[in-house]
Amino acid sequence: MKADPKRVLSGNHFINGNHSATEGAIAAGCTFAAGYPITPSTEIVERIASRFPRVGGMFVQMEDEIASSICLQGGVWSGRKAMTVTSGPGMSLMMEHVGLAQITETPCVFINVQRAGPSTGLPTKTAQADMMQAKWGSHGDYEAIALSPSSPQECFDYTIDCFNLAEEYRMPVFLMSDEMTGHMTEKVVIPPADEIELVERQFYTGSDKYLPYKREANGIPLMSKAGLGHHYHITGLTHDERGYPVLTKPVQEKMMTGLMKKVGDNVDKLTRYEEFMMEDADIALVSYGISFRMAYKAMEMAREKGIKVGLLRMITCWPFPEKPIRELAQKVKSMIMVELNYGQMFLEMDRFSNKYCETDLCGSSGGEVHEPEEILTKILEAAKK
Amino acid sequence: MAEKKGKKKDPKEWRIDIDAERCKGCGFCVEFCPKGTLAMSDDFNSKGYHPPMVANPDSCTYCDMCEMVCPEFAIWQASDVQKKDTHIADDLVRMDRMPHIWCPGCGIGTVVNCFVEALHEAGLDLDKTQIVSGIGCTGRVAGYVDLDSYHTTHGRAIPFATGLALGAPDQKVVVISGDGDLTAIGGNHFFHAARRNADMTVICVNNFTYGMTGGQVTPTAPQKSIAITTPYGAFDRPFNIPFIADSCGANFVARWTTYHVRHLQRAIKTALLTPGFSLVEAISPCPTLYGRRNKLGDGLDLMKFYKEKSVRFKKDQHTTADAEIGFQDQIMVGNFVNRENPSLLNAMDSSLKDKLGDKYVQWPIPG
Ligand SMILES: Cc1ncc(C[n+]2csc(CCOP(=O)(O)OP(=O)(O)O)c2C)c(N)n1
Ligand code: SF4
Ligand code: SF4
Ligand SMILES: [Mg+2]
Repeated sequence: MKADPKRVLSGNHFINGNHSATEGAIAAGCTFAAGYPITPSTEIVERIASRFPRVGGMFVQMEDEIASSICLQGGVWSGRKAMTVTSGPGMSLMMEHVGLAQITETPCVFINVQRAGPSTGLPTKTAQADMMQAKWGSHGDYEAIALSPSSPQECFDYTIDCFNLAEEYRMPVFLMSDEMTGHMTEKVVIPPADEIELVERQFYTGSDKYLPYKREANGIPLMSKAGLGHHYHITGLTHDERGYPVLTKPVQEKMMTGLMKKVGDNVDKLTRYEEFMMEDADIALVSYGISFRMAYKAMEMAREKGIKVGLLRMITCWPFPEKPIRELAQKVKSMIMVELNYGQMFLEMDRFSNKYCETDLCGSSGGEVHEPEEILTKILEAAKK
Repeated sequence: MAEKKGKKKDPKEWRIDIDAERCKGCGFCVEFCPKGTLAMSDDFNSKGYHPPMVANPDSCTYCDMCEMVCPEFAIWQASDVQKKDTHIADDLVRMDRMPHIWCPGCGIGTVVNCFVEALHEAGLDLDKTQIVSGIGCTGRVAGYVDLDSYHTTHGRAIPFATGLALGAPDQKVVVISGDGDLTAIGGNHFFHAARRNADMTVICVNNFTYGMTGGQVTPTAPQKSIAITTPYGAFDRPFNIPFIADSCGANFVARWTTYHVRHLQRAIKTALLTPGFSLVEAISPCPTLYGRRNKLGDGLDLMKFYKEKSVRFKKDQHTTADAEIGFQDQIMVGNFVNRENPSLLNAMDSSLKDKLGDKYVQWPIPG
């Protein structure tokens, strides 16, 4: 399906990443949002509050993030595309409901505009230190899908992708933005509505009793919504196809297998990345989100010095691009992860390198993006080895 | 289906049916039959309980007290002429999930009866009625009631319901959850939903304890009452649920006990038909954890205690502030509040219409 022209502000804009993400959500058909103000994500709820009533959307500012992160799931079961947005402490409060959306297979979007932590940390300054939280933050096992934008334009584009993936896989999807990307103002081109492809929710239309967790051939169960007469049951307890709680190992295993395979069987399809100057590279920078831009600059500086550096930029951090990293590790002598934390995605990169090459981290406490020179220093070290 | 209330029934058309296998021998039906029609039998069912029997069939007026009070849906009035041969809950309870998890003498099943009857009487479209629970013994209600149903997280039924009700204004949204769920972990949401006048009916089953987790103290437990985490008695002042709902601005507020099945059912019906936020507190026995520890006996003893200790709220004499419950003390029951303030949806809608005029695009009702 194409986007609704009434909801798409087609044209050239000069806006920040947070406002751009909001426009992405509106274009994607999101008509329900719940949120609670927190720096540096607040511009998103502000713009939602002013724009939604003009495009047939509903926004409610809840009493806290715990409430927002489940209110939005009520919104989803009312039949709408729904989202919430937060940062830092707010994301920590939402974790129980990330798990609820996982186990109930509720399609929805969480936008995390990351700031430096732990705790209140640096509310107004950037970091990428919630990357592991997006995958492991709620208790129990689950697979995650998370996209990392590095510009206001990508905030628009990837928010639409997040909504599409949520519907396609019937699960929560994260946009892992950060303070810098959220507050940076750049040119954003919003295409005409008929150039925006949307995935619509697949509702059960059969005449037999609706089974909310009966997997179709593609591994994804069909959805329902309030009022269709299905009288379904949705629970956070371990459940069978009917959605009824069954608290046994075989049912847990079957449910978990279904949940894990939705993403696990589609890793290659889901994985998105870009490579730059990799043809002759023997040192590879690996990065994502805002850090990718600094890594790119450092790559250019190293190239000027005649060092053969390439760059792999991850668009999906979850699922982790296992295959490209595995292959890259066999091609280059060294991989350096550039990220604003003490080595979160580095752990994954190191794991999937299978020790074929050297791995190093160009990390950060957060608070500011890297100076390209810091990255260059790491490159020079690697080049010496 | 329920037949019309208040009409005298022809005793020749009616009989009492008992499904002995469903019975857990709580004795509610026998004790609260106003005519002494029933008695406990000496037989055992396969679970080892004594089911009731019809000892004096001629005395029965088919008032349906036994049917309403039975937490196991095990006894009902039946009539071939009126084509009624099942318990009132059978239509609306997922019988493929029975037996339920609740203990013998637990009042949650009785609240389900009152809810089910209220739903029928309110004439709501069952395809457009949504039920949301949190976690706890009471939280299991959503899983047993055959509606679109949601068993969410501990304390968060109300914010889920808020999203559901705002997103689908054509649905009636009901929350059923325990006292711990709604006033401890979910307290913040409760106050705010009442303040906003969010479009929902909340039924709080107050058993003064955390049933599901083994009987810890809750914010409604009276001072001095014993719980496993207050082995020397609770010392902090309990919440008075009707008072909170009232002071936050709820449109309808009532409290009854599981002894008062008819009042409870009528209060739920009124709540269901009241726009905005309505709250019905149902005081309910947890014999296993609250009754036993506080020397109040089993479920039947707790029901008798409610009968003896309940006092009626009188508008000209009391306010909801008087409804606080002390240890082994009186329980004020009644319909406390009846207001007609605009609901959250209406307030939102009219304010946006007012400010945005033509630019306002009302959210379409999905479907
Ligand atoms: C976040 C969280 N904390 C604690 C629990 C454990 N827990 C489950 S039910 C419950 C208490 C239930 O008490 P109440 O709401 O009064 O319901 P009842 O069982 O008495 O009907 C608790 C503490 C939980 N499930 N989730
Ligand atoms: S009320 Fe129900 S469960 Fe209790 S004794 Fe009577 S039939 Fe049995
Ligand atoms: S523990 Fe208490 S509340 Fe829970 S089912 Fe048993 S009697 Fe009912
Ligand atoms: Mg309780």
